[in-house]
Amino acid sequence: MNIHEYQAKDLLKSYGVPVPVGGAAYSDAQAAAVAEEIGGDQWVVKAQIHAGGRGKAGGVRVASSIDEVREVADVLLGSRLVTHQTGPGGSLIQRVLIEQASQIKKEYYLGLVIDRACQRITLIASSEGGVDIEEVAKNTPEKIIRETVDPALGLLDFQCRKVTCAVGLTGKLMPQAVRLMKRVYRCFRDKDALQAEINPLAIVGDDKLLAVDAKMSFDDNALYRQNLINEMRDLSEEDPKEVDASGHGLNYIALDGNIGCIVNGAGLAMATMDAITLHGGRPANFLDVGGGASPEKVTNACRIVLQDGNVKAILVNIFAGINRCDWIARGLIQAMRSLNIKVPLIVRLAGTNVEEGREILHTAELSFVTAENLDDAAAKVVAAVSAARGKAA
Amino acid sequence: MSILVSKQSRVIIQGFTGQHATFHAEDAIKAGTNVVGGVTPGKGGTTHLGLPVFDTVAEAVRHTGADVSGIFVPPAFAADAVMEATDAGIRVIVVIADGVPVQDMVREQRYKLGREAIVIGPNTPGIITPGECKVGIMPSHIYKPGRIGVVSRSGTLNYEAVEQMAALGLGQSTSVGIGGDPINGTDFVAVLKEFAQDPDTDAIVMIGEIGGPQEVAAARWAKENMQKPVIGFVAGVSAPSGRRMGHAGAIIAGESDTANAKMNAMEELGLYVARNPAHIGQTVMRALEENGLKR
Repeated sequence: MNIHEYQAKDLLKSYGVPVPVGGAAYSDAQAAAVAEEIGGDQWVVKAQIHAGGRGKAGGVRVASSIDEVREVADVLLGSRLVTHQTGPGGSLIQRVLIEQASQIKKEYYLGLVIDRACQRITLIASSEGGVDIEEVAKNTPEKIIRETVDPALGLLDFQCRKVTCAVGLTGKLMPQAVRLMKRVYRCFRDKDALQAEINPLAIVGDDKLLAVDAKMSFDDNALYRQNLINEMRDLSEEDPKEVDASGHGLNYIALDGNIGCIVNGAGLAMATMDAITLHGGRPANFLDVGGGASPEKVTNACRIVLQDGNVKAILVNIFAGINRCDWIARGLIQAMRSLNIKVPLIVRLAGTNVEEGREILHTAELSFVTAENLDDAAAKVVAAVSAARGKAA
Repeated sequence: MSILVSKQSRVIIQGFTGQHATFHAEDAIKAGTNVVGGVTPGKGGTTHLGLPVFDTVAEAVRHTGADVSGIFVPPAFAADAVMEATDAGIRVIVVIADGVPVQDMVREQRYKLGREAIVIGPNTPGIITPGECKVGIMPSHIYKPGRIGVVSRSGTLNYEAVEQMAALGLGQSTSVGIGGDPINGTDFVAVLKEFAQDPDTDAIVMIGEIGGPQEVAAARWAKENMQKPVIGFVAGVSAPSGRRMGHAGAIIAGESDTANAKMNAMEELGLYVARNPAHIGQTVMRALEENGLKR
């Protein structure tokens, strides 16, 4: 789960990490009021969307008067910001963060991740801040400093000192940097974060370190014990179809093709998309119905897949382990009737109760196309889409 | 022979009296598994499915000599249950739960250091040696005794590969699901090491997916250490980057996380690679033929 920059900064601030003075606003009037309240003579107005790349896309602007803050906020709020991470449709800006502008002397990078290779939390730092860290890692890997944390001990002082020296945060800045790293780590650990990024971590005016930007994401599987984080969830940043699906225990991800997919298990769902692609088709979505899928769950899956107007055919691929093919078949029949499905539906069933499932589909006298195996299913659904296109033309 | 579990395994179930645990314990017993009891804190001294229930894993081990545990407790309690089993001296621990907080696994893997246990999962269908022992939730009837080792991150894709092999008359020595989470108790390399030493495994199918470095690490290990052919497949060629594809661990965070990058690396390292998920079975057959292993 992702949160907005202003939420990440509030959270880090509560752990004692220095962040710029500022506040979020939902309207131009509120933006002006925030600027007035925090004072100063120059402000930064930052669009709050979950996607990165806001600066380059014009989502971060400097204002030199309260009126200018109001004007900039008015322009940003309600507009769609298109960054390299949002896709061509962009993201609707519903709130902005107003901060006092900082006099930045030098920028660093500080991040924490769950490092899959060593199965621990790793701190990453660089003297090259304020730029895309992936680029730094690619072009100048020697400028990426990594320090892995023993979970039994936590991030130790000497580890922080090693890192601060390696990136050049020495002298008076060293104790500040050590304190800051330990606080970010504590926040990361306490809140079940998956990723934290302070980019840039800047030296400002009077030789103080300041988290000028902050980005954090959290473990969905730990939200049951993280009420504070859960409350930060902004559903408007998520695809409504994906929210709808998760409410029904389905895992749905919208893609840009025209073949709807309903599969059980994440691996098989990906492999099904791959098989469709290999046959020259384009999947419209990833959808995992999970284990123990009831007929109602299957019907909901069909409904959600069909909310995507691009879908020209649906491939149902079920290899039942703890699922039951007879339940899946009943769900499909229910969906065919209640949703009045017009597009071709190709069904491949295997595993638990497969004979019963096939029998139920067969006797229903509805226009299912059955497939013998994965290859056959992918070939048939791609052919069905081509045939539909032929008819349309 | 087989790896990790066999007829000799003495299996307990943690969370024994729960609904899912009961269902899968019964199925495991039907599949030939020697289930010797179970653990449900607070229900020690009772019996369930005609088997003794204990309050702690330590007691269960003392009374039954159990050396394998199937953990069926909810995700929030899973890491603690694994550490309890580790502490009690259980040798193979299978943790089924999907949704274990990743930092719980970070701590669990730290706890395990220097201890003997092999932890399979979480977010796994489990492990099965067909006809001998099943600890997990997979449909046991699709697995048949044979000489192919299977190891996968995905459950249903494991079934898919097994069915393709069955259509060609190939069975499994042991099939292991290492799980779809970012941190697995046991990774591909550890399972390959077991298969490498098993005289009854001729070839190994390794089914990966997008995200994380372990497929390539395993391919590199296989090139340097293994004589037996390894057949690889990686799901998610068509997956977009930056999205978590169902499994917590299936996310492309960088170029090396993509399915194509992993399959290219596998090929360069000398593995047999099925580029099409529907061709896993036939790729295994080709590997057996080219290595004179077809029986």
